[in-house]
Amino acid sequence: MVGDSAIRIDFGELIDPQVNIRVLAVAAAVREMGPDGVRDIVPSYTAATIYIDPLIADVDGIWKLLERLAAAPVNSHTSSRDVLVPVHYGGSDGPDLEAVASFANCSVDQVIHLHTAPRYRVYMVGFLPGFPYLGPVDSRIAIPRLANPRLAVPAGSVGIAGVQTGIYPTVAPGGWCLIGRTSVKLFDSDRDPPSLFRPGDFVRFEAVAGSTR
Amino acid sequence: MIRVVDAGLLTTVQDCGRWGSQDLGVPVSGPMDLISHRVANMLVGNDPACATLEVTLVGPEIEFLADTMFVVVGAEFELWFGEDQIQVGFVQFAHHGGRLRFGSLTAGARAYLAIAGGIDAPVTLGSRSTDLASGLGGRLLQAGDELNTGSGQSGSLVSLGNGIPFDLPRGGATLRCLVGQDVLRFGDEVVNVFTDATYTVGPDSNRMGYRLVGPNLEQVNDQQVLSNATPMGTVQVPPSGQPILLMADRQTIGGYPRIASVISVDQSIAGQLAPGDWVRFEFCKRSVAVAALIEVEQALLHLV
Repeated sequence: MVGDSAIRIDFGELIDPQVNIRVLAVAAAVREMGPDGVRDIVPSYTAATIYIDPLIADVDGIWKLLERLAAAPVNSHTSSRDVLVPVHYGGSDGPDLEAVASFANCSVDQVIHLHTAPRYRVYMVGFLPGFPYLGPVDSRIAIPRLANPRLAVPAGSVGIAGVQTGIYPTVAPGGWCLIGRTSVKLFDSDRDPPSLFRPGDFVRFEAVAGSTR
Repeated sequence: MIRVVDAGLLTTVQDCGRWGSQDLGVPVSGPMDLISHRVANMLVGNDPACATLEVTLVGPEIEFLADTMFVVVGAEFELWFGEDQIQVGFVQFAHHGGRLRFGSLTAGARAYLAIAGGIDAPVTLGSRSTDLASGLGGRLLQAGDELNTGSGQSGSLVSLGNGIPFDLPRGGATLRCLVGQDVLRFGDEVVNVFTDATYTVGPDSNRMGYRLVGPNLEQVNDQQVLSNATPMGTVQVPPSGQPILLMADRQTIGGYPRIASVISVDQSIAGQLAPGDWVRFEFCKRSVAVAALIEVEQALLHLV
């Protein structure tokens, strides 16, 4: 239990696609079955958290369900999408790009190459509405968070924090190292679904013409 | 319909929260003191899920633009309806043009103004709640704003004082909590520091969370925690060692180690704290948390 109103099931302690696939499968199955008293389901890297109304939900029953789902083989036919995100790297859109190049001891162009090469998994969406946690980032450019977070990161900023990369949907304070910016709208409460990304989707970044200027 | 004559310090529209989209990063939001919000709705005959106005420390002045019934529940504000002083917790008939004014505050921090039929603000992702951090569901109320109210059920004019089944904090509160998920990272000595300490709600506290000022909580294991879900009431400890109590507008996920979780009923008491108030934490069993919830439900059943 997490407090008196949530149940969390953990599948590991490391960022791992197989672990995350299992988390999402369990979250989807609980959503599908809809046991009484479930208020929300939040998948994260390695855990699924089920918010409950403790006066309605059968806590022991949900635990047994989670254990049964955790032991079941994972259905690989989940509906994930591939999304291409155009990014203007560097310049005022990516104020930390040079710092990442120094960290990696390589050129700015090589940083862009390393960041655009992988097909990233959306491990989870959170922190801000529509913020995707993507990974893994090539270890050469896996720069740690800034010691002093910025008070206002512009919407659309693409950042790196260790082996994670992500995109800020809205202006927010943030400590990720910013390497570029996209004009793609990540979240719109009038859109259905409101979030461009869902956990389990895949993302590729593409450098737009004029990057680094 | 109502009109905001003076907005007060921080007045927002709140229903029971924006549940069901946390997997897309959408915060729950909702009332800081869910119990008072519910009681307010019940007293005017509303469904508990109807939207109320959450009033914080310095209350607004509201003009009613239609005949209706209303009640204020929660923090003990001095209240004026026209020339008459009225009481928190007593349902009042409002005539068109009548004005409700909030005066000084003697206990608690937040009150809920329920109007028969509920506040009919636009619904965003299933909720009317204003989430100040993400901007979903609108913004702080401002002077001149006009809000629709539902063509409500008729409320009961019988009411029982403030009617909330807990003691309003007068300068501070002891909050019961369950052991947090990451308690082992702190070790017994630090956990004892936590339960022996008296913290103060810091000045930069808000609807997202309370920054608590007091003894530092050092971790014995400083390996990073992977981010996951952050329920209301979570007491998390950032590297500074000064704990943060997560409240209504908290983010959906977070990566700081959690030492404790305030039980559901006492989250409403926490919602009645203001910067400068003291807070103590006391561990209890889950059975106590559930019993406290049942006790509140029984008290509410007998309310109207």
